[in-house]
Amino acid sequence: MLKRLFVIGMILTSSAAFAQNDLLKELDQVQDSVVNYSAATFKGTRIINGHSVETVGKNNLDFIISHRFGAVNSGAQNFFGLDESQIRLALEYGLTDRLMIGVGRSSYQKTLDFFAKYRLLKQSTGARNMPVSVTLFASDAHNSTTSSTELPFYTIMQRQTYTFQALIARKFNDKLSLQLSPTVIHRNLAENQIDANTIYSLGMGGRYKLTKRTSFNVEYWYTPKTFAGTTQRDPRFTNTLSLGFDIETGGHVFQLHLTNSRGMIEKQFIGQTTGKWNNGDIFYGFNISRTFSFDKNRKRKSNAY
Amino acid sequence: MLALMISQLLVITCFGQLYMTKTGQSSFFSETPLENIAAVNNQVIVILNTANGEIAIKMPQRGFHFPNKLMEEHFNENYMETEKYPSAVFAGKIKESVDYSKDGNYAVNVDGILDMHGVKQNRSFKGQITIAGGQITLTSAFDIKLTDHKIEVPTLVLAKIAESIAVKNKFVLTPKKA
Repeated sequence: MLKRLFVIGMILTSSAAFAQNDLLKELDQVQDSVVNYSAATFKGTRIINGHSVETVGKNNLDFIISHRFGAVNSGAQNFFGLDESQIRLALEYGLTDRLMIGVGRSSYQKTLDFFAKYRLLKQSTGARNMPVSVTLFASDAHNSTTSSTELPFYTIMQRQTYTFQALIARKFNDKLSLQLSPTVIHRNLAENQIDANTIYSLGMGGRYKLTKRTSFNVEYWYTPKTFAGTTQRDPRFTNTLSLGFDIETGGHVFQLHLTNSRGMIEKQFIGQTTGKWNNGDIFYGFNISRTFSFDKNRKRKSNAY
Repeated sequence: MLALMISQLLVITCFGQLYMTKTGQSSFFSETPLENIAAVNNQVIVILNTANGEIAIKMPQRGFHFPNKLMEEHFNENYMETEKYPSAVFAGKIKESVDYSKDGNYAVNVDGILDMHGVKQNRSFKGQITIAGGQITLTSAFDIKLTDHKIEVPTLVLAKIAESIAVKNKFVLTPKKA
């Protein structure tokens, strides 16, 4: 007891000359209550074709214009693909900082898609520790092409395809982020005889920041030929590989990429990709997203103290 | 028990008294004809040694919250680089001698070093100290020039972000429990 007293006394008297450094040390001992959420695991709500864990902020509206030009191997006559393009226009809105909804229209297969995306977990350190971000995604795609003998639609339900995803991402450092995207797609009508109605796929994607405002992105969708003994997909369909760059300027994100998929929604780029990289069926494409804020308080002057 | 009493005594005699808060408030405001940007931080840590007027402030940068999520993201990712520089720290000394045992208002000057975005700057700030009911309230307002701390603004958004940012602080300090 006496010994302990002595030690404590020693410590206290030795710090009698309380210098600035000690005050800073004192400061470091104080546990700050800040939860450090990882900001911007990805620049945009898409890695390339597939969704990233990011959602649009509350009261923000994203207008996304996506293009995929024709195949690079279509020759000079077709200006190496630049003569034609597939387009998807979309409006995506943040209801809260975690929940967003969106609607898009693809020229490919004249498809209208609706989706909701909910940010379940946010990666964080500090007062709350969470190793990964998890976002849930659900969508419905409505194929509105005219019913034909090759692809007859008898009911509206047959035109629907549903997608469910759990997007799991980790920002390893300020440069590297990786994501896994287990996916289930259910097609009410398999648009091809060999295709199964339900297919399972795993998306793998990542980004590496080159500068503060640019990054290099990769994305690959792996769909096994058979799942639990049943054939999933017509063998002529391939897995999608995409490479691209993100360039961010204020409220815009420009994504430029090369991909072997013409489709820009899950049903198409996971289930119905026909291009092969080694054949030169590569499509040059871009996504441009512009964010508009509808926050009423934005212009109000801060009158805090 | 005895040890505790003695240490308490020693703390008082040696250090005077440490006053602190973990919920200090700081806000900043950037005004341009194109866009106004404001953010508030309610998680600022402040320690004041009343014996010699030394003060240390730690501002966790992630504690700044914006009305717009995208602005907050850009603040963290592009401007303050909060992954690299998680907090701004100020270590300084109040130049005037203030009688902290009496209630009253004092206009004070604080000299010290502001370490923000990895750049240290010698700064002196004007402030106001109000002592009432065992609480010390520190308020101050000053400007920070972005170029002083190597915070780069791309030319494309140059017109939207003010060159110097107005910062306001209000810290209510209470005696630190040993």
